[in-house]
Amino acid sequence: MLRDPRLHALARFAGLLGVALAVFAAVLLVFGKNPLRAYVDIFAGTLGSSYGFSETLVKMIPLVLAALAVAVPARIWLINVGGEGQLFVGALSATWAAIHLPGLPGWLLLPAMAALGFVGGGLWAALAGALRARGWVSETIATLLMNYVAILLVNFFVFGPWKDPEGVNYPQTAEFPAGALLPTLGGTRVHLGLLFALVATAVFAFVLARTRWGLEMRAIGGNAEAARRAGISITRYVVLLMFVGGGLAGLAGMAEVSAIQGRLRPSLSPGYGYSGFLISWLAGGSPAGIVAASFVLAVIVAGGDILQMTQELPGSVVNILMSVVLFVVLGRQGAGR
Amino acid sequence: MSALVRSLLAGSILSGTPLLYATLAELVGERAGVVNLGLEGVMLIGAVTGFIATVHTGSAMAGVIAAALAGAVFNLVFAFLVVTRRANQLATGLALMFAGVGLSALLGARYIGSRISGLPEFRVPVLADVPIIGPAFFVHDGLVYAAAPLAVLLWWILFSTRWGLEVRVVGENPVAAFAAGKNPYALQYQALCLAGMLGGLAGAHLSLGVARTWAEWMTAGRGFIAVALVIFAKWHPLRAMAGALLFGGAISLEIQMQARGVKVSPFILDMLPYVLSLAVLAIWGGARRHTAPASLGRVFQGMP
Repeated sequence: MLRDPRLHALARFAGLLGVALAVFAAVLLVFGKNPLRAYVDIFAGTLGSSYGFSETLVKMIPLVLAALAVAVPARIWLINVGGEGQLFVGALSATWAAIHLPGLPGWLLLPAMAALGFVGGGLWAALAGALRARGWVSETIATLLMNYVAILLVNFFVFGPWKDPEGVNYPQTAEFPAGALLPTLGGTRVHLGLLFALVATAVFAFVLARTRWGLEMRAIGGNAEAARRAGISITRYVVLLMFVGGGLAGLAGMAEVSAIQGRLRPSLSPGYGYSGFLISWLAGGSPAGIVAASFVLAVIVAGGDILQMTQELPGSVVNILMSVVLFVVLGRQGAGR
Repeated sequence: MSALVRSLLAGSILSGTPLLYATLAELVGERAGVVNLGLEGVMLIGAVTGFIATVHTGSAMAGVIAAALAGAVFNLVFAFLVVTRRANQLATGLALMFAGVGLSALLGARYIGSRISGLPEFRVPVLADVPIIGPAFFVHDGLVYAAAPLAVLLWWILFSTRWGLEVRVVGENPVAAFAAGKNPYALQYQALCLAGMLGGLAGAHLSLGVARTWAEWMTAGRGFIAVALVIFAKWHPLRAMAGALLFGGAISLEIQMQARGVKVSPFILDMLPYVLSLAVLAIWGGARRHTAPASLGRVFQGMP
């Protein structure tokens, strides 16, 4: 029936999604909730209106960037599970500029914040890369542990030196000056970060397919020993790709504080970094797949906000839906590698 | 001064206990060749079911048993995916963590703020009256006393019994185990079931012994610290005791400094266990590769 392999893949994906939705429905039933109402709420609230759709795009921005943060180092089999921490450090370093350079006009301040966010998240990840390149600590463990350090670091600043004096007891910085806010599209919350995400995805695809760097990355990914003998510096690629990956997660953090929060708060991310890992894995690291999988996960994340309001379910319940989707995809026939 | 030493020691042991259970859980699985990043989720399921069972039955013992069973069942989901379906271990582990976070939040939502008396403390007669050491080592709950003997038992099982040898062979070279007439899948299932029970106990000790309450995501990364501790312990149960005590000490030091009003931000102190993990692993680095189970992370694909 379906001759085109892409259509075939799409049909399979839809089938898997259906199984996942059925399992989650069963979980909701067990807890005495009406799954049909929950699904109607999720879909009406995300895809059913232009406002809902725009909110889904808003969630998609950090997810795409966080997934790229994983996919870039994954090209040479590095496992970056630290997107969450890199996002927080990126938000922190971008906030430094917003607080200390408030007088700058937006056309100067925003690029400075973006650059600082990128470099902050990048260095945070490159540290784990350097530990790995030396053969001291596996980057998986290092990035995982550094997530907690990064989140505590943000907490330290918003409860301490950067706390808003007028914020009573809320742990947050003062509101950013107007020049530090990313422009948004029309009356929605969709912001310029969408452009960051799409450009980053396109550049990633281009570098992979068309440049010498992409070739060398493929060489290292294919056979590191052969690549080393061919004169490619693996150490440099390990540190550099971790830096770029962490930088993209940092950029996501910058976009969140600048466009969504308008200030630095510890509740900046509901686990975008971890979701990014799962998206990159779902997409097999392919740029187009990352955009598609990010959209699906964005519907789930945005749907979670809605369930919290309409069904009085705890916000982390969407984690169940997300994990069920993953379990079904992970457990499908022939997924093994 | 002696009061500080006493509280520090007692606190290290109390905070180190869930870490030891968690580390042993990860260790059993990794010895069978399976890395489980979802231990965090298993612990949360253990913590919440243990708490709920205790609230309903009034017996912490029932809570502990329920937690171990729930942990085992939950970890079997992971086992099915990575062993039978040969799914990627790291991605499945993270997905399991998310499932544990969500499911425990859903199960525990009605029990936030419920009060329990938790695991009862036993004073060991005579020994508890020895100054400093007595109150530090001999006034604890049953799970604390059981932890160290369990580590020794696990060491004996892994290194002196036939089953332990078979599990280790699967972790090193599943093809060899298969050639010797063993079923690598069955052994990995058994190891992961045991790991789930230990992970459930780790969670139960958090909610019934340490915090004596339920809060969303109360494990706060201890499942990931356990993964690091397994490397620190070089995959050996007895070294895991030293590691858990060291990290329990870091947590305890942080609590004591806060209680004594030391003027350091609590958030900086909270970083201590994570930074310490990293530093220790970095210093340990060199010899690591020789002790890790050789087939860690790979799944037996059947005979070629």
